[in-house]
Amino acid sequence: MDMLAGKVKRTEATINTMATRPDAHTAPDRPIRINAEDVTVHYGAKQALFGISIEIPDRAVTSFIGPSGCGKSTFLRCINRMNDTIEGAKVGGTITLDGENIYDPSLDVVELRARIGMVFQKPNPFPKSIYENVAYGPKIHGLARNKADLDEIVISSLKKAGLFEEVKDRLNEPGTGLSGGQQQRLCIARAIAVGPEVILMDEPCSALDPIATAIIEELIDELRENYTIVIVTHSMQQAARVSQKTAFFHLGKLIEVGPTSDIFTNPVHKQTQDYIMGRIG
Amino acid sequence: MTDTPRVATLTSAERTRLIHSGLRRRHLSEQVFKGLGLAAIILALGFVALLFADVLRKGVPAFVQSNLHLAVTYDPAIIAVEPAPIREAGQSDADFRAVSLKWQRDVALLNWNKVVEASLRAAAPVGFEIDSKQILTTAETDARHRIRELFVADPTLLGKTVEVEVLASANAANWIKGNIDRSLPDTQQQLSAPARALIDQFTANGTISSGFAWSILGNVDSRAAPAAAGLAGAFVGSLFMMLIVVVLAVPIGVASAIYLEEFAPKSRLTDFIEVNINNLAAVPSIVFGLLGAAVFINYFHLPLSAPIVGGLVLTLMTLPTIIIATRGALLGVSPALRQAALGMGASKTQMVFHHVLPVTLPSILTATILGVAHALGETAPLLLIGMKAFVASVPATPFDQATALPVQIYLWQGNENRNFFEPRTAAAIMVLLALMITLNGFAIYLRSRLEKRA
Ligand SMILES: Nc1ncnc2c1ncn2[C@@H]1O[C@H](COP(=O)(O)OP(=O)(O)OP(=O)(O)O)[C@@H](O)[C@H]1O
Ligand SMILES: [Mg+2]
Repeated sequence: MDMLAGKVKRTEATINTMATRPDAHTAPDRPIRINAEDVTVHYGAKQALFGISIEIPDRAVTSFIGPSGCGKSTFLRCINRMNDTIEGAKVGGTITLDGENIYDPSLDVVELRARIGMVFQKPNPFPKSIYENVAYGPKIHGLARNKADLDEIVISSLKKAGLFEEVKDRLNEPGTGLSGGQQQRLCIARAIAVGPEVILMDEPCSALDPIATAIIEELIDELRENYTIVIVTHSMQQAARVSQKTAFFHLGKLIEVGPTSDIFTNPVHKQTQDYIMGRIG
Repeated sequence: MTDTPRVATLTSAERTRLIHSGLRRRHLSEQVFKGLGLAAIILALGFVALLFADVLRKGVPAFVQSNLHLAVTYDPAIIAVEPAPIREAGQSDADFRAVSLKWQRDVALLNWNKVVEASLRAAAPVGFEIDSKQILTTAETDARHRIRELFVADPTLLGKTVEVEVLASANAANWIKGNIDRSLPDTQQQLSAPARALIDQFTANGTISSGFAWSILGNVDSRAAPAAAGLAGAFVGSLFMMLIVVVLAVPIGVASAIYLEEFAPKSRLTDFIEVNINNLAAVPSIVFGLLGAAVFINYFHLPLSAPIVGGLVLTLMTLPTIIIATRGALLGVSPALRQAALGMGASKTQMVFHHVLPVTLPSILTATILGVAHALGETAPLLLIGMKAFVASVPATPFDQATALPVQIYLWQGNENRNFFEPRTAAAIMVLLALMITLNGFAIYLRSRLEKRA
């Protein structure tokens, strides 16, 4: 534990040195949006996360990398409390969003999830029309005053997700009838429609071909202007391309976190280096 | 583990040979399984075909009835009764009803068989020799009631002659249909020789004609007149019970399943409840009948033989089926859909009602309809709550005495009169099966439609 705390301190130090960099592509000059401290997760008796502490900057892309089973998804789910829905999952530590503890019992998860949207690994549109998919969030959260409002939200969300041109003639057709890449963009549009502040993406491109992946990556880069994005990925290239900050997980521990360029060019830890070189994972 | 090095040392030819030698056995076992499956299906279909063929063979003729067209004369000499009372000024409702009822009783006491006999004789060829008893066997025994009812409804018929269509007796109908061996000696015939001859005459001169047996669908049960006994009462009784089952069992069952599957915390108690629901589904239906008799009739004092009690008992019986089917359907919903909904910030209730329920609706509906169809065919519990009583009226409400379609089959099958238990039973089975097939067809239709929409 002590060793880990030391690691975290050191990574924070790296962040601070980064803060002076004028490069617009480095996130750490951004204010901190989400702050996790000493987060642990147990699935029943099995501990999946060991004291994760990390700061996630506002309006930047933070990527989580690490070998399979290291707890990336688990930690991502902690941020919008999706772990609450898993039977036997127990979360410890604190995570704050704008200084507010999201595990505070008085906080309503429904509201939290409206503020922190999520895109899953496998595209999972609702078995409803494209329009209904995007309109669902605004509807349940009461964000649209009337049909015209809703139409506008749907269209602008689809446009932001770069899907509108492809589907504008078939908004009433089922969302499940789209291609995998289109479905994933639909899921992004659906998440955006609620106007979240943070978007969590769990391997959003793992089911997609390179072209669809490129489109989504471009989209993530655009969304960065307005949203805080956390993305889990197995692709080093993707992490390097889209993110400004990268965190490396291994066996339930956060090994190293820092500006993406640093993590990929001169990682501090041997494990990180090994992983990036393809020696573990 | 020990295989790994061996596989590694095999040449490609050896490997192919090994795979090849195993292949024949694998294909063979597949062939055997396919063959067994096919045989099982053929056997099952064979039995179904046999059942249907038998029921159709016996039942279809029952849907043809023989109608007797008679010119009925309301002869004042026979109908010696005071004129029907007319409401006097200032007479109270109750008084008038009492007077009317007394008059109707007087009318009923007249010998209406004489009127029937006169009409039959009028239709018979001039000089045809046949005695009263014999001639009356050609018409169904309810003919006199029909003719009397016409008179009660319209007392001005006195002295007039009107065309009336009554049913020929079941024996006459069988004689016409050729169900009775004409070569049998007199002593073994149900009908006397003159009656048989008269029936042939009637058929020849058009007094008797055949038509679709609306009597089966439109008439109520009858104890003495097999040709006139119908299913209307039982049908409506069954309909009431099905309505009660649908109205009670479906919402309660689906709601309990949703609660248990989606909301209830997993605990010892919910485990216990689950086990007991499964047990309830396996309880023999007759036990539900005993329970119904004890609880609804003895304790709550609900009426005996009423569809309300039958409906409640069948509801109890159907509930576990619906709960189990609904839970199974809910369990089958992909976690991805649930996550999608929750991830959007939907509450648990919204997740269930907006996303999970719509995709499970087809299976829930199918299970429900099949459950209701099963309840429709249930007989044993109904016998225990008095629904096997003879009821000669169509129930107007679920609280009136009634019987049910399967019970009606049981009753007719148990009747000692051959004209009941042969054609009538088969016809009732056909109606019941038709209803079931309709319900199942509806379930399939709904399912495919809802699935297409999803
Ligand atoms: N629902 C669950 N119940 C029990 N254990 C779980 C559950 N989900 C994850 N785990 C365990 O927690 C650990 C971390 O899993 P997690 O899914 O977070 O890994 P990951 O880094 O996302 O892996 P991948 O890259 O393969 O998606 C693993 O050991 C996994 O077996
Ligand atoms: Mg994962």
